[in-house]
Amino acid sequence: MLFTSYNFILFLLALFIIYYIIPQKYQWLLLLVASFFFYSCSGWDNVAYITVTITATYFTAVKIGQLHRQQELYLKENKGSLSKEEKKAYKDKVKSKQKKYLLLCLFFDLGVLAVVKYTNFAISNINSVSKIFNAGELSFLDIALPMGISFYTFQSVGYLVDVYRGKYAPEKNIGKFALFVSFFPQLIQGPISRFDDLGYQLYSGHSFDFRNVSFGIQRILWGFFKKLVIADRILPAVKTITQNPDTYQGIYVLIGMVFYAIQLYADFTGGIDITIGIAEVLGIKLKENFERPFFSKSTAEYWRRWHISMGTWFRDYVFYPVSVSNAMLKISKFSREKFGENTGKRVPVYLSTIIVWFATGIWHGASWNFIVWGLLNCLVIIVSQELEPFYVWFHNRFNVRDKFMFKLFQVGRTFLLMSAIRILDCYRNVRVTFRMYGSMVTKWNIGELFNGALLKLGIDKADYFVLLFGIIIMIVISLAQRNGSIREKLSARPDVIRYAAYVGLFISIIVFGAYGVGYDRNQFIYNQF
Amino acid sequence: MEALLRILEDLHPEVDFETNKSLIDDKILDSFDIITLIAEISEEYDVKIPVDEIVPENFNSAEALYNLIQRLKDEE
Repeated sequence: MLFTSYNFILFLLALFIIYYIIPQKYQWLLLLVASFFFYSCSGWDNVAYITVTITATYFTAVKIGQLHRQQELYLKENKGSLSKEEKKAYKDKVKSKQKKYLLLCLFFDLGVLAVVKYTNFAISNINSVSKIFNAGELSFLDIALPMGISFYTFQSVGYLVDVYRGKYAPEKNIGKFALFVSFFPQLIQGPISRFDDLGYQLYSGHSFDFRNVSFGIQRILWGFFKKLVIADRILPAVKTITQNPDTYQGIYVLIGMVFYAIQLYADFTGGIDITIGIAEVLGIKLKENFERPFFSKSTAEYWRRWHISMGTWFRDYVFYPVSVSNAMLKISKFSREKFGENTGKRVPVYLSTIIVWFATGIWHGASWNFIVWGLLNCLVIIVSQELEPFYVWFHNRFNVRDKFMFKLFQVGRTFLLMSAIRILDCYRNVRVTFRMYGSMVTKWNIGELFNGALLKLGIDKADYFVLLFGIIIMIVISLAQRNGSIREKLSARPDVIRYAAYVGLFISIIVFGAYGVGYDRNQFIYNQF
Repeated sequence: MEALLRILEDLHPEVDFETNKSLIDDKILDSFDIITLIAEISEEYDVKIPVDEIVPENFNSAEALYNLIQRLKDEE
């Protein structure tokens, strides 16, 4: 059931009505039933996968929590009689037990993800190698990727690690825990929530609040606007350019990059707007996943503002543990001794960064495109870090840091750089993508911009006008958001202006949304990850 | 405390670490800085900061970080 389908709208309407009619203590149960119903619409095998992950994670977390409590009790009972060394030995023993449970469950949860997501990628690589030696080929497995598995697996893993770290006690009720993992608005494309942010909100009752409902519906409409008016309308042009690399080279590659940047932004942020809006109607506040990323002045800043929940997940559960592991501290010591203080201290940081970006790349998809995408992002971040002394010298020498034009240059540079790397999502393979990068230098066809060729990319003049209108609105809203919430500001305006804005937005979606006869509603891009 | 201040000032000479109490909240220290800090602290104080102690409260000020080091040393 797509977010943009009529069935989904009906499902939401029914849910909202029942949610506020039933007693508050049953609201979480309704959300659980609704989430599993929503998920079952994509196939019962998907339900089986998520149930297995929920069950394994729930019981492991409970076991780890029991060990935490046993430890507390034991230390309390023997407070006076244990020496410092005995206490430490006991704690180490408990930690080691907990670690075994943790690793077992991580191996299981991530193993399921690995099997369904990466087996065929591994087979295709093995076949490529065996072809060189004229050996036989392995046949591919017939496994469909369960919807949202990358998101719910990460959310479960985050919960389990937090329980292991003693950040909070495990949830005792398996139904409530199942709701945390399967909460339908965020199931298919995130954000990847943390239990201490979302859990208690899901389980506590919510009374009807007109402001929440009104703000939530506005946010949903804004999401539909971005998805249907902008993302789906520009999609044919992106497809035409990137699926016909022999025809569309040079300036078209640049156009493809910019168009795909717009499409992905409108698609992903639109989807997240719908998700956050639905939760808001239900009285639940999800964390923001974007903070106007295209206004970033560097790659590192961009990644702090784009898909924030994924970035912080990798930071907390991969980057930090890898960086402070005993192995990495040994590498740090070794590299300081071998390469000197300055170079040596950078080795472990960069090594951890490479690991994280490799993982981020492959999390997005089982293909070399995504691995190269991750490593290119990593390369840009490391090069920027290495160039830091040059930047300091440059700013001291020219004093342009606070000049508007320089900031604009930084924003434009970051946008183009990120767009160039991101286009790896679209081309058939890495080789084609790099050939297209090359064509931007070797093929000078800038005249194509002015000879009407842009109208043959699958979108016509009317589409361009609609896109221009949509993009201008999107930029204006982003600029205005820097000074606070638009919905807050709108709610303070007179009724006439307020309702004119709501109706205008609604009519825009109906009139300018990319559907009609034969329209094939498009899945959100991040559903595939 | 002096050694810790020296390590911090090496990372960001422009920051006054004796007074600043919001190093994480104000995004002065990023994840790269934190990892570099942990490696340097491990060298200087011979204490390992475990991953579950990497929370803003422990890194928001030099004083908080120093207290963390002392606590971890005491627990050893």
